[in-house]
Amino acid sequence: MELKTKFRRQEMNKIKLEETRREFLVRSAQGLGTMALASLLSSSQQTVSAESLEAEHWRGVLDPLHFVPRAKRIIYLYQAGGPSHVDLWDYKSSLESSHGQKMPESLTRGQQMTTMTSGQRLTIMKPQYPFSRFGKSGQRMSTIIPHIGQIADDICIIRSMHTEQINHDPAHTFMNTGSIITGRPSMGSWLSYGLGNQSKNLPSFVVMTSHGGGGGQPIAARQWHSGFLPGQFQGVPFQSKGSPVHYLDQPPGVTLEDQKKIVDSIRSLNLEHYDVVSDPDIVTRINQYEMAFRMQTSVPELMDLSEEPQYIKDMYGTEGADGSFAANCLLARRMAERGVRFIQIYHRGWDHHGSIKKKLKQVTGLVDQASAALVLDLKQRGMLEDTLVIWGGEFGRTPMAQPSKKEGNEGRDHHIKCFSIWLAGGGIKGGINYGSSDDFGYDVASDPVHVHDLHATILRLMGIDHKQLTYRHQGRDFRLTDVHGKVVEKILA
Amino acid sequence: MASDLPEQVQFNRDIRPILSDKCFACHGPDSGPRKAKLRLDIREGAIGKRQGYKYAAISPGSTQASALVGRILEENPKKQMPPPEKDEVGSGGKLLSKREKSLLIRWIEQGAKWESHWAYKPLVRPEVPSLQSVNLGPIDCFVRVKLVEAGLSPAPKADRRTLIRRLSLDLLGLPPSYKEVQGFLKSSDPKAYENLVDRFLASSHFGEKMAIMWLDLVRYADTNGYHSDVHRRIWPYRDWVIRAFNQNMPFDKFTRQQLAGDLLSSPNSDAKIASGFNRLGQTTKEGGAQSKEYLAKYAADRVRTVSTVWLGSTMACAECHDHKFDPFTMRDFYSMASFFADVKEKALFLNDPFMAPAHPFPPSSASHQKLVEVQDIENRLRDLYWIAVGGGDRPKAEKKEIVKKQARLDYLSDELQVTLVTEAVEPRIVRVLPRGNWQDDSGEIVQPAVPSFLPGLQTDGHRASRLDLANWITSSDNPLTARVLVNRLWREFLGRAISRNTGDLGAQGEWPTHPDLLDWLAVEFMESGWDIKSIVKSIVMSGTYRQSSIATEETTKSDPDNRLFTRQARFRLRAELVRDSVLSISGLLHRRIGGPSFKPYQPDDYWKDIETFGVLGPGSNWIHSSGKEQYRRGLYVYWKRSFLHPALKAFDAPERQECISERSISNTPLQALVLLNDPTFVESARFFAQNILAESGSDLNMSLIRVYQRALGRLPSEDEKKELEYLLKAQRKRFRNDPAAATKLLSVGQAALPSKTDRSELAAWTSICRVVLNLHETITRS
Repeated sequence: MELKTKFRRQEMNKIKLEETRREFLVRSAQGLGTMALASLLSSSQQTVSAESLEAEHWRGVLDPLHFVPRAKRIIYLYQAGGPSHVDLWDYKSSLESSHGQKMPESLTRGQQMTTMTSGQRLTIMKPQYPFSRFGKSGQRMSTIIPHIGQIADDICIIRSMHTEQINHDPAHTFMNTGSIITGRPSMGSWLSYGLGNQSKNLPSFVVMTSHGGGGGQPIAARQWHSGFLPGQFQGVPFQSKGSPVHYLDQPPGVTLEDQKKIVDSIRSLNLEHYDVVSDPDIVTRINQYEMAFRMQTSVPELMDLSEEPQYIKDMYGTEGADGSFAANCLLARRMAERGVRFIQIYHRGWDHHGSIKKKLKQVTGLVDQASAALVLDLKQRGMLEDTLVIWGGEFGRTPMAQPSKKEGNEGRDHHIKCFSIWLAGGGIKGGINYGSSDDFGYDVASDPVHVHDLHATILRLMGIDHKQLTYRHQGRDFRLTDVHGKVVEKILA
Repeated sequence: MASDLPEQVQFNRDIRPILSDKCFACHGPDSGPRKAKLRLDIREGAIGKRQGYKYAAISPGSTQASALVGRILEENPKKQMPPPEKDEVGSGGKLLSKREKSLLIRWIEQGAKWESHWAYKPLVRPEVPSLQSVNLGPIDCFVRVKLVEAGLSPAPKADRRTLIRRLSLDLLGLPPSYKEVQGFLKSSDPKAYENLVDRFLASSHFGEKMAIMWLDLVRYADTNGYHSDVHRRIWPYRDWVIRAFNQNMPFDKFTRQQLAGDLLSSPNSDAKIASGFNRLGQTTKEGGAQSKEYLAKYAADRVRTVSTVWLGSTMACAECHDHKFDPFTMRDFYSMASFFADVKEKALFLNDPFMAPAHPFPPSSASHQKLVEVQDIENRLRDLYWIAVGGGDRPKAEKKEIVKKQARLDYLSDELQVTLVTEAVEPRIVRVLPRGNWQDDSGEIVQPAVPSFLPGLQTDGHRASRLDLANWITSSDNPLTARVLVNRLWREFLGRAISRNTGDLGAQGEWPTHPDLLDWLAVEFMESGWDIKSIVKSIVMSGTYRQSSIATEETTKSDPDNRLFTRQARFRLRAELVRDSVLSISGLLHRRIGGPSFKPYQPDDYWKDIETFGVLGPGSNWIHSSGKEQYRRGLYVYWKRSFLHPALKAFDAPERQECISERSISNTPLQALVLLNDPTFVESARFFAQNILAESGSDLNMSLIRVYQRALGRLPSEDEKKELEYLLKAQRKRFRNDPAAATKLLSVGQAALPSKTDRSELAAWTSICRVVLNLHETITRS
């Protein structure tokens, strides 16, 4: 309700500030659409007066912020399925030396496993590819991700992550919303609600899922929905292949000019009606049509990679809008430049129960280069310092093998007690690692980081005290971090 | 001291909300985090002597002897209450306002009287306030009294056009036809409005409209929810809900059939279908999932749902600890779960998209032959789906056969009503799970029982059943059920509930703006024999319902949130009704009531991220429905929880993963994109234009009038006509110069074009209709 009142206040202010009725109509005679069209087609932003757009988008409930923000935006490279920390980020010599031996029961007794390995013989399996040290910092990583190796000095690897859910679906929900109960807002929705929309032409929370890499486990839209927060805070899915946003393209046979005329007429008639009933929701509706129309013109420009120089495309390893992870990373950078607050890219295909050796090669082939390119590209544009990049999945994988009937086809099962992720940019110390696991990468040995702690840290970097970003729902003030969460101070720059 | 304080402070209205919001987290019902041995939710806790403390927190009548007063006035942040800083778990940090402090102090001065929470008090019929003025019905008396107190008057009556449109949208979910509007405008019968109400209540669309609210609450969907989110056949339950509302099934019976239809002495097939309620929750088939964990999840989900739907209570909070604001204990939570421990179910089910999870219900009357045919078709379909998705583009022949077979299957299952139902088995053991941890078996074993602070449930020693629970929920002693339902119904018709948060009538909910009205409606409802149509009729017959929704400067200022109902509400239609309205206006709507869910046009690839190994079928493959089926109402859209149809989602339809008591009403650019560009709405505009041209031919003025009459039930103003004429001219020119563009625009959708038609003319009119179907007014109920 508070929210609605705030909206209303914004809208009323807009009306008051903006214009007498006459001015309003004069402006509508030429139509805002015209202005948007002119400015966007000529790619000169100057002709749209800033104040005419000022009050029409959501500015967030947090004013002022609780802390000086270190990051203005987030790009979350979400590796769905559960990347194997012991094969990528967390080298354990014990796994090499004890390869093929039984896992110490002292570790595994009483621990939750999925039904795919529980009750079976648990043998230790060594890392699938050799590890090496990278960068000046000498961060240890697998040689199967050499590109990310190149940004070793920019990233902070957390090796002591742990979570509470061992199956994909609830684990994703937990990672994105801080709860296993479906229907809570996702992280991007919280940020949009708290911080508002910086962009006048694009949504504040965008999601892309990549094609390629053999599908993998399903991922549901609840991972980016707004839960009990109002619908305008939900993540908007973008596709880099085909129509970029659902219903963005005008109908066949209708040109952008035609569409502009339609939108202008809708605006005029809505205004006529506003004159009769003075319903402020009508003004909001008019503004939403303007925004929709601006999206129709600005999104194609955003998605058009032809203006990117070849060396940039080569850096990411993409030729353009093909739905790949690489193309999505490049698009993410373009969105970041245009003010999108939270960009989440999902890559499915990390669920390596079997043939992990082969599949790791496959998936890192799709993900490694572009992940590194994104960080480097942001850096060379001076954007890394205020862009937080997160790379990680919903859990890790067991140090033990998941057996296979065919030798060499072993995999690893889900693992929640310890796994790794990395962060870079926006207020994060680069070239460090944080937390550690035990000799087998099984349990956290020092400085545990729970999912709630990660969330608290992310919010802090965005200038938010996680305890103070709340929304009253069914009588309770809900938070992304529920009643938990400690900021991981030591990784902050 | 603030001058606007009430003369006589009332605990429930003035004090409980303060204590609950600012104090209960540490001094409330939950003993876990309780500090200083102090609880303020009950009188004994607050005035009692605590060991080791010199003063009682509250000494009724004496602010001097009440430690609480000193602490709330304290300026030293270390001693101040509530603590100005949040602690580790986020408690504290909620400062008291000046007014709140004054209220607490005055309340203590006046003797610090506690009241039990309003919603838990036994229901007693309140006296209807008498008013000097005109002859008002009871509802209006309750509302008017508050207006008089505030020195306000109600809005004028809504004009008849607005009223019939409002009533039609509220009771049927469809705009009135222009003929209906005309009939109502012309009628001089003093009972014209009441006749209209009766006619709408008797319409079978009434059940459809009411069902939308109920389906949100019970989280009805066509798929199982978790992970691959595959097909589940339970639409006969949805149809049962529609039927029940249409037949005006008493709400107590409605409740019994859903919770325990299978336990009735001789359940008919309707009761069995209704018992599908217990099977509506989300389930999983994810590989590796452990049964025990998921059974615990399902149990908790049922408690959350039942307590929200019928008790308006947030029992969810008591899964891991005693409730922090309301007197629900963890034991209450698990005892409630225990009622459902007899529901036969598999925690995990096989990769069978057609019959998951187990235990379909074939009524005995079904012919064996037809059931066999169903199985054959399902087997064949499974193969076809495999072939169809095997290659890049779906092979045509297979796709054709799928459509044909699916239609036959829909027809048969329609006839056979094969659906998920509840069967009772030996109850599973239910324990209190410490901190909600399903792996912890150390908790106490609990039997089915109702929350201990509410009126008891007598069972003569036998294990209480779901039927006992249903009877307890709808017993006249239960203080919650009737209040919860009439509160929701009021919201349906006035846009805002009496106690604003329909999902929480507990301490953290909102003190009702009109407590006596709420109780009066609740008693009336119960005493009428839980007669829904009758209570709905009372509401929509009231002057409060029939007033204008236009806010004046005065009411905007003095009653900005319309807490006093100084006017009717204006709100955007629900997602389903946006669709229904546009289809109905255009003439495309197919008014079939019930039946298997259908699939409207949907963007390609929308489901690409949910496709997974080995799960194929209607829940995984989107082939849009053909023929009339394409134009059915929004509530019959195939409801896939992981990827709800994007047009519905854009207009705030929930995925129904959880029980939903309140939908948000947002206003977003995505909504504009849907109305502008979704083929359903483009096709509707074209079909609308076809009809207009067929009726009015070349008479431009008449055509514009008809467009407005049909869409909005009113005439266009001169300015509006001018605007559209201007657009029409430009569009005519545009499409005459580019006939190919006209053809393209007219090709959207599958509805037939008239054989002889001037395509550029039709395309230009399609643009006009697109504009009108996009208007705020078209999708707004006022």
